[in-house]
Amino acid sequence: MQETQQVQYNRAGQRVVSPDYLLFEAPREKQFMTGSEVVKEAVKRASVDASVSYPITPQSEAAHLIGELWVEGYVGVYFRGESEFGVMSEVAGCAMAGGRTITTTSGPGTLRAMENFPMWAGSRLPLQLVLMARGVNSPLTIQPDNLEISFLLDTGCMVWHAENAQELFEMILAGFVVAEQPDVHVPVITAIDGFFISHTREAVMLPPDDIALPPYDPYKAPMPPIDMEMAPGRFLRDPYVMKSNYISYASHTSWQFEVRSAIERSRPYAKHYLRGLIEEFGNPEAEVVLIASGTAGAQAKEAAIILSEDEGVPTRVIRLKTIRPFPGEEILQALRNAKYVFVPEFNVIGWLEREVRRVLYGKTDVPIVGSPRVAGGMTMPPEVIVKEVLKTLGKEAKHVI
Amino acid sequence: MNRRRVNVRMPAIGGQGAVTAAHIIATAADYEGYYAVSNPFFGAEKRMAPAESYARIGLEPIYDRGEVVYPDVIMVFHPQVITMGKSYTMPFYSGIKRKGLIIINSEEDLLEEHDKEYLDSLDVKVLNFSATKFAMEVAGTELATNMAMLGAFFGATQLVGKEAIEEGIKARFLKKFVASGGTASLDSAIERKFKKKLELIEKNIATANAAYDFAQKWAQEQGLEPFLAKPQKVSG
Repeated sequence: MQETQQVQYNRAGQRVVSPDYLLFEAPREKQFMTGSEVVKEAVKRASVDASVSYPITPQSEAAHLIGELWVEGYVGVYFRGESEFGVMSEVAGCAMAGGRTITTTSGPGTLRAMENFPMWAGSRLPLQLVLMARGVNSPLTIQPDNLEISFLLDTGCMVWHAENAQELFEMILAGFVVAEQPDVHVPVITAIDGFFISHTREAVMLPPDDIALPPYDPYKAPMPPIDMEMAPGRFLRDPYVMKSNYISYASHTSWQFEVRSAIERSRPYAKHYLRGLIEEFGNPEAEVVLIASGTAGAQAKEAAIILSEDEGVPTRVIRLKTIRPFPGEEILQALRNAKYVFVPEFNVIGWLEREVRRVLYGKTDVPIVGSPRVAGGMTMPPEVIVKEVLKTLGKEAKHVI
Repeated sequence: MNRRRVNVRMPAIGGQGAVTAAHIIATAADYEGYYAVSNPFFGAEKRMAPAESYARIGLEPIYDRGEVVYPDVIMVFHPQVITMGKSYTMPFYSGIKRKGLIIINSEEDLLEEHDKEYLDSLDVKVLNFSATKFAMEVAGTELATNMAMLGAFFGATQLVGKEAIEEGIKARFLKKFVASGGTASLDSAIERKFKKKLELIEKNIATANAAYDFAQKWAQEQGLEPFLAKPQKVSG
């Protein structure tokens, strides 16, 4: 048979292009938009089959906009769930049925749905959750506190943390590509600090909207959808459980290790599509290092500029793009001549400080200062980081404020 | 004074369009070639309750996010911000930087002696002007108060010219964008009032321009220099 070159189109009539072309090569145009609007732009170019939504501040606009894409024919199935628990169960069903699936939530919604996240991972569903972090404590706050991210670190999902709307756009597209790799095939949570990204309007560079990712091919999944008839689910079903708890223990344990291994296997793909698991910012010789992710990374960059240029304290930033997998080796290499490490965070417990200490334990003598830290969604002006660094170094502020 | 960045805080009360003003200010600055970001205060705003928005304009990329704690410019959209303390910060000028600027939508002088002493010590200039009166006279509705405020901001700071302001206003009202339910209903109310969207845009631009001229003249009298150097290259 004669071969002809095939140009493929997805359901919405968009030309299918390679992930590399979409992310790195396609021409881009500047738009001025919010993070919520950027979610729509990313989903529009992602050949998404299904999305289920439930309103909660600050992710409601993004969820609403994915609904508009369904009206416009870019998303196959879209409906509102009964609650976040319902949503996270329903998207699991969509993914089990072989659809590329995305949803969004925030804060208390995340906690309400919590049971489902380890279920997604154990079921090896390459789902995507766009998490717009907001406070979860009482008294109530709707503001961008990211404590909830720490609750998700051990669910078996990949967790990425975007700094701004541009990076959120790239991460949503890359998220599907990495999560759907046959040797990965676990969910990805693309997190941002709510409001700081979702409701902030800034310049973003977008590729044309008549091209899109190749559709998800469920036949490339490493295994059929897990249900109670299919291993390892089958192993947990009556005859085994009834006859030997040990078989149940063993299959559960090995499967949990396998899910974590799958996250580790995502490293080379994430490194390629995110252009590295970390970003180094500022004078590479600087001895003061700020380690941060998400909006704290953005604030740290501003602080590094002020410290280096106005206060005479050369400072640099190691910004983490992925939290799961955790870029421990990358951090250790990037530390080089560091004399001080600060970990500024937007939560009360300092989960990133904990992670940093864990990977650096016994490998470096550099003091790690888990500060400054703000919570409840309070903003963290770069001046606060500057003051903290100067105080620790025993220096007087020359220019701050 | 060599600024790299102008941070603007806009205390207002709900319904006055401070979020829209921040949006247009950032869009206009972006058009002019600056780096620019805008965001609202994140809360449950409602009519007549405190509402606040922010814009950041810079010569270099802007990473900073969230509320502006240390502003170069404060735009007070309503006298009640001062007289009734409808402000997220007390006093409303908390955190103002040296050689800063405060624009107050009031013809009356609402500041106490101790306020003036403090602001003088930081060499902060205060412009009292009735943006609402400008809006009533030029656009025929107080709903254009935010346009007068943003016109005065650019007139006094000399960051962008009228062309960029026009572009900012057109982008806000012609391009489809997402607004909260409350903002969407205000938009439709104002559209009915003007019958036609284009008329709305024209009147908004005229209001902003009138306030721009007024504030530019004031800034010249005060000997104010432009708040930032001209952008070297178009961002993005």
